Amino acid sequence: MSREPILSVEGLRVAIPSPRGIVEAVDGVSFGVASREVVGIVGESGCGKSMLAMSIMRLIPEPGRIVAGRVTLVGRDLLGLPEREMRKVRGSEIGMIFQDPSASLNPVMRIGRQIEETIEAHGGAVGSATRDRAIDMLRAVRIPEPAVRARDYPYQYSGGMRQRVVIAIGTANRPKLLIADEPTTALDVTVQAQIMDLLRAMNEETGTAIILITHNIALVSRFCARILVMYAGRIVESGPTADVFARPSHPYTAALLRAVPRVEARLREGLTAIEGRPPDLARKPSGCAYHPRCALRGDICVREAPPEIEVAAGRTARCWAAELGIVWKGSAPS
Amino acid sequence: MTTESNAILAARDLSVWFSARRPSVFAKRRWVRAVDGISLTVMAGETLGIVGESGCGKTTLGRTLVLLTRPTSGHVEFAGRELTALSSRTLRAARRRLQMIFQDPYASLDPRQAVEAIVGEPLRIVGIAAAKRRQRVAELLDLVGLGAETMRRLPREFSGGQRQRIGIARALAADPQLIICDEPLSALDVSVQAQIVNLLLRLQRELSLTYVFISHDLAVVRQIADRVAVMYLGTIVELAQTEQLFRAPRHPYSVALLSAVPTLATEGDTDPTPVLLSGDPPSPVNLPTGCRFHTRCWLREKLGNPAICAEQPPALAGDTMHQAACHFADETAAHAAPLLRPERAS
Amino acid sequence: MSAPAVETTSVTPAANPGRGTALLRLVRRNPALVASLALLAIVVAAAILSPLLPYDAYRQDILHRNARPSLQHWFGTDELGRDMTARLAVGARVSLIVALTSSLIAVAIGVVIGMVAGYLGGLSDSTIMRFVDSMYAFPETLFAILIASLVKGQLAGQSTGLLAPLAEAYRLSGGLLGVLLTLGFTCWLTTSRLVRSQVLSLKNAEYVLASRLAGASHTFIIRTHLLPNSLPVILVAVTFVVPNAILLEAGLSFIGVGVDPPTPSWGTMIAGGVQSIQSYPHLLIAPAVAIGATLLALNVVGDALRDLFDPALRASRRG
Repeated sequence: MSREPILSVEGLRVAIPSPRGIVEAVDGVSFGVASREVVGIVGESGCGKSMLAMSIMRLIPEPGRIVAGRVTLVGRDLLGLPEREMRKVRGSEIGMIFQDPSASLNPVMRIGRQIEETIEAHGGAVGSATRDRAIDMLRAVRIPEPAVRARDYPYQYSGGMRQRVVIAIGTANRPKLLIADEPTTALDVTVQAQIMDLLRAMNEETGTAIILITHNIALVSRFCARILVMYAGRIVESGPTADVFARPSHPYTAALLRAVPRVEARLREGLTAIEGRPPDLARKPSGCAYHPRCALRGDICVREAPPEIEVAAGRTARCWAAELGIVWKGSAPS
Repeated sequence: MTTESNAILAARDLSVWFSARRPSVFAKRRWVRAVDGISLTVMAGETLGIVGESGCGKTTLGRTLVLLTRPTSGHVEFAGRELTALSSRTLRAARRRLQMIFQDPYASLDPRQAVEAIVGEPLRIVGIAAAKRRQRVAELLDLVGLGAETMRRLPREFSGGQRQRIGIARALAADPQLIICDEPLSALDVSVQAQIVNLLLRLQRELSLTYVFISHDLAVVRQIADRVAVMYLGTIVELAQTEQLFRAPRHPYSVALLSAVPTLATEGDTDPTPVLLSGDPPSPVNLPTGCRFHTRCWLREKLGNPAICAEQPPALAGDTMHQAACHFADETAAHAAPLLRPERAS
Repeated sequence: MSAPAVETTSVTPAANPGRGTALLRLVRRNPALVASLALLAIVVAAAILSPLLPYDAYRQDILHRNARPSLQHWFGTDELGRDMTARLAVGARVSLIVALTSSLIAVAIGVVIGMVAGYLGGLSDSTIMRFVDSMYAFPETLFAILIASLVKGQLAGQSTGLLAPLAEAYRLSGGLLGVLLTLGFTCWLTTSRLVRSQVLSLKNAEYVLASRLAGASHTFIIRTHLLPNSLPVILVAVTFVVPNAILLEAGLSFIGVGVDPPTPSWGTMIAGGVQSIQSYPHLLIAPAVAIGATLLALNVVGDALRDLFDPALRASRRG
């Protein structure tokens, strides 16, 4: 089924000058998101996934800067927009939710008012219609007694409820795309299940595409149809989630699968740690950034960074071994 | 695995109540029952996992087991001595072989001390001479996989995983019998977690350590624990051998908790994670009557809301391998089956 | 995959710390700070080098009294013909010694009280802090005057009895000891509050818990962990106390309960200058400007030090 693409990112590069050198936080990332699609971006801390999300929204903190690439939203170039126009895009065409709900809400403003504020900022009239819409949003995110609870302050809400409010604010103007950056990392697992269920319902009912950024591969496997694996600022593997995890084409993906503890079984062979540490983005290794930790390292890996290789329809991997058709052991039974 | 049947740590009727803000000076005193009447024993050589969500009291329990927090009532016995009865000074000596590893690698090391001073502190406190200390610190650092050249450096020069290793070395310096691990992996990257888990397991084998492993991450607990206690609002609702708990839980909260953890989807199994618990846990100041879980219990709903759940708090009951605090523990398995995904064979 | 767009911007690496000195960067970023540091350096130099000045601060020259500033006497002479430049320099010495020493005493008292209150917590903490609160309610200047009068009264005339050695020290110091004690006992309040709140948060830090588990005694924990980690806060307290002490000393000397004549202090010089403000304004302007400029410089430096240690600003600076 082909759906029209709503977001297209091409060759994005983000550089942050620092006393240690230039940090290449995002290093040539290209991908697309189709309408109604749910895409996952998986990686560990420092891989650039959050910076990628921020750069789509053009919210990169100083002194970082987008130095190359294109970002188009439904055919419209976002990077070239004047800030005034970009502000209209944020919150109405693209919504974003972050990890810590307490930091995203104004502690001295009533909940309902905060939702109203985002509606008014994008053309809604000040008045009872907007107030009703805010209450509707609270109902949509399954806050009980929304009309009453709209008058509460954030401190009267639990963590899970606050995250729901953040989702309400992010989707109040029916964005085409919602970027969720680690939305459930700070929440309990039962609350996480509730929130993910809510996001799934929203995706199905309103057709909002979702980019889910997380380090939790099990979560992404249950929620996202397509996945991008990031390492050291680059996408190292992409494709349909189940396929990628069953037959990974990049050693990092395979290593992650072996290193992550699984709740569904006590593995007889235990956990296999990945040797070494994620690289310092200011001083990336030559060639393929993963080579110092890779079991199958070859000379070419040290010399030259591999390009994105199409290993199958809809699947890419950034690995020289993938060119030879090597597939790693994944979660599929052998 | 349990090698001997000696209990080295035992808690009896342990309660830790914090006084909560009162609406007015004249209102009755209100209590947050962080830990409420918990009894458990830890066997030498085993790893006891304690799991639960935020607010269940597991961190408070961990701190109370080593008496960093004094219990409001109840007893803690370690190596045959009753710790709760000791004065501060005697306590310091008596519990030296009880150590702890903390959650936040960025807060658990004094930022102004070099690694040598941090790891050597337990040795310095008992009066070991400097030269001997240095040697022992080098041995300990080697044991946790760090080189001796790290001794002069400050914590800020290390990554989270390395700092956690330093914290482990410090705990080992006191030659402990039992180590309480309070969420030691939560602040670490996924790929680093595995390194620390493997380190902890290796140390346990080599040094015959006993662990109490507190965590909210059920996946890790399944890999590392021999027995698991599930906590909810200050009490233990289920206590069982690990595989028994994960394969056949007998308390509806455990079922809800386990089902909420996302498992890696495979091509034959792509269903979304079921949602069995709605809303939030009740306030720990206003606990429900009877069974604490009854207001959110899916099993109670299925069984037609029996009155006993709201009237009588259930006690932990069952055999030595598997206990659950539920009036209808025997029926949990049957009703849970259609709600849970099929178990993967390991 | 279409070709990426042309480079939109280029990024140069941040100023290499090796290239150009850190000092030049500092000057560009914060000229006020550099000017303040320069001024303070001059004041300190004047205080230290005062014996080298051509004129003696105590030598009277009635024939040339109240002279306006000239090439001979840069700041003129006072009502007894003493060279103002020399008196300003010696006054600087007095002010600095008083400020630093009394600040040390005040901070030491504040640290001890704050540490004890914060560490003990509970009822002891409440009691101590209520005492501190009640002291706060007392006007600081009035309190200082009372203590100064008390000290002077007890020590000035005494030549026998228990306080005799202290009285001797008082006389030898030219009245400085009284001022030191006064300021020391007055200015410790803010320090105690700052230290107490720092200790309250530190004592539950995980590394302190680890120390307790290892069997550390209370004194060990305070000595090894709490004090060193309170140094930034103590430094901040010092930046508040020092200018306050200088001003307070000047005030006490102005009233006459500070240092004893003929010891010049900027405060006594202002007192002298006020009387002749109509006829010989330079007698007042010189010490007033000296004290004003020094206080301003101290506040600027204090601000900069506080910013250096502010965790919120520190995070953004790391970028």
